[in-house]
Amino acid sequence: MIRAYGPAIVLIAAAALVPFAITANTVLNFIVFALIIALAAQGWNVLGGLAGQFSFGHAAFFGSGAYTTALLQTHWGVNAWVAFALSILLAGAVGWIIGFLSFRSGLRGSYFALVTLAFAEVLRILANASTFTGGAAGTLVKLDMGPANFQFASRAAFVWIALALVGFVLIATIAIMRSRFGAWLTAVRENEDAARALGVDTLAVKLKAITLSAAITGAAGALYVQYYLYLDASIAYGPWISIEALVAPIVGGIGTAFGPILGAAALHGFGELTKLFAGGIPGIDLVLYGLLLIATIAFAPDGIMGLLKRLASVFDRRRTR
Amino acid sequence: MLAPDIILAAVLNGLMTGSIYALVALGLTLVYGVLHIINFAHGATLTAAMFAAYVAQTALGIDPYLALLPVTLLFFVLGYAVQRFVIGPASHGEDRNILLVTLGLSIVIENAMLAIFRSDTRSIDVPYAFESIDLGFTFLAVPRVAAFGVALIVALLLGFLLRATDTGRAIRAVAREKTGAALAGIDVPHIYAVTFGLGAASVAIAACLLMPTFYVTPRAGNAFVLVAFTIVVLGGMGSIPGALLGALFIGVVESLCGLFLGESLGQIGIFLIFILVLLVKPTGLFGARA
Repeated sequence: MIRAYGPAIVLIAAAALVPFAITANTVLNFIVFALIIALAAQGWNVLGGLAGQFSFGHAAFFGSGAYTTALLQTHWGVNAWVAFALSILLAGAVGWIIGFLSFRSGLRGSYFALVTLAFAEVLRILANASTFTGGAAGTLVKLDMGPANFQFASRAAFVWIALALVGFVLIATIAIMRSRFGAWLTAVRENEDAARALGVDTLAVKLKAITLSAAITGAAGALYVQYYLYLDASIAYGPWISIEALVAPIVGGIGTAFGPILGAAALHGFGELTKLFAGGIPGIDLVLYGLLLIATIAFAPDGIMGLLKRLASVFDRRRTR
Repeated sequence: MLAPDIILAAVLNGLMTGSIYALVALGLTLVYGVLHIINFAHGATLTAAMFAAYVAQTALGIDPYLALLPVTLLFFVLGYAVQRFVIGPASHGEDRNILLVTLGLSIVIENAMLAIFRSDTRSIDVPYAFESIDLGFTFLAVPRVAAFGVALIVALLLGFLLRATDTGRAIRAVAREKTGAALAGIDVPHIYAVTFGLGAASVAIAACLLMPTFYVTPRAGNAFVLVAFTIVVLGGMGSIPGALLGALFIGVVESLCGLFLGESLGQIGIFLIFILVLLVKPTGLFGARA
């Protein structure tokens, strides 16, 4: 138990201490944003990393979570915490529907990637055209500071909430990986036909994975709205978040519990540093982002986690020699 | 009800938009047919080629139609080199990695364009931009008619190249069975790179035909490529006639949806077709296998 969950608990506890040491708003802003991306990426990792189904449209879930929380509050005055919970449920439902439609048709590989991309685009166009969502002008959530409204004057509070969510999903991911369901996911990832031949209900396993995955990424979307209090169609359903959710686990270590978190931290840490040194040039941080993705695939196919493992084994060999 | 004239005009316009889509889709379907992956850098390549045509006109004073040949050759060489020296080695022969490397490339190219040209919308001035042909009930813009003609010629040439030349036969052999092709003495990495080069060349042609009437921003290519995905799936991944017919069809659908639903929803029809085709018949109308 301690071997399995210890590192996760230590990491989260250590991260929770950061707001005591650092109070600069820019740094805390960065941490919250990176944690939101990490959460979205953790969601992607359940489907893409554990079940091997590469989605290029996780924006569909991020945006559905985000819009649910924003619209429930602005149109019906639902309490922010209740809206947050409902948005996770709704994003999960959207995941189940998209999964049901595409997995039942047997879509895999490039085809699955494309259909998820198309669903996200349809939702983006609809959200951009509808007056209910505020259209292209977007939706503002009313500023009303107070813990009851899920709005905090202190950024540290958001760091802790985001960290709690990321930590919860981290531990849940480790638990899934150690469970029978986790073994089924691995079987589906490694060889779906063989898994089915052995009696694994692959459709049910994949549906469960996409529903969980969508719910987690939806939570990231809802958290985004609660933090920035603004949403429009290109933030909610734009390709940027689909890419973020996919690249972070790949750079961090696909299919590992820590991968999405390490990836999000590394990518955005690098991004911030580049902006610091080459601030005036737009897009330069994203050029680096893309190069980092290519370099990871070329030189470290198992991501940062793979590098760490390789480093640890070298260290071990030295010690035992 | 709308007058038949207006609908006919919308259909003609759709066909001409469709011809540009066809060029973009041809490149995509060719690469898919051979490498069995979606090239996510296709849109960024289109954007880069549009900027190349833009620079040729503004800095060197070369008309986009004259720049067509050199830009196309340049992009063939670039496409060849990128596949041979970046995508190939970086992906270790795994399909999924190729997908991700092209995604990484698209991020790099798009943002490099942003860093160089900033996010301004740019267009070029050519004397013939507003010339049109009077059909009695509607006007057809000359640059769009030219694009339509060139797109058809390019599709025919590409078909000829695949059918009747040794390189074309090698491409088809690799597409069908790469291990067997390698055993028969075909240099598979070379053929991969040639295919990629042809894909880049076809979007370069599309870019030069687009520039007289269209604008370019660092993200201009993306809109075309999302549509091209639809076309490629609709026509059957890897099928050249499928891409051509699918593109013309989608061009008309977009034009009619825009007419009936309004501009902002014009593309909804495309994506709904896309999802329907994927869910019901993922092999498309002309595709052999999923």
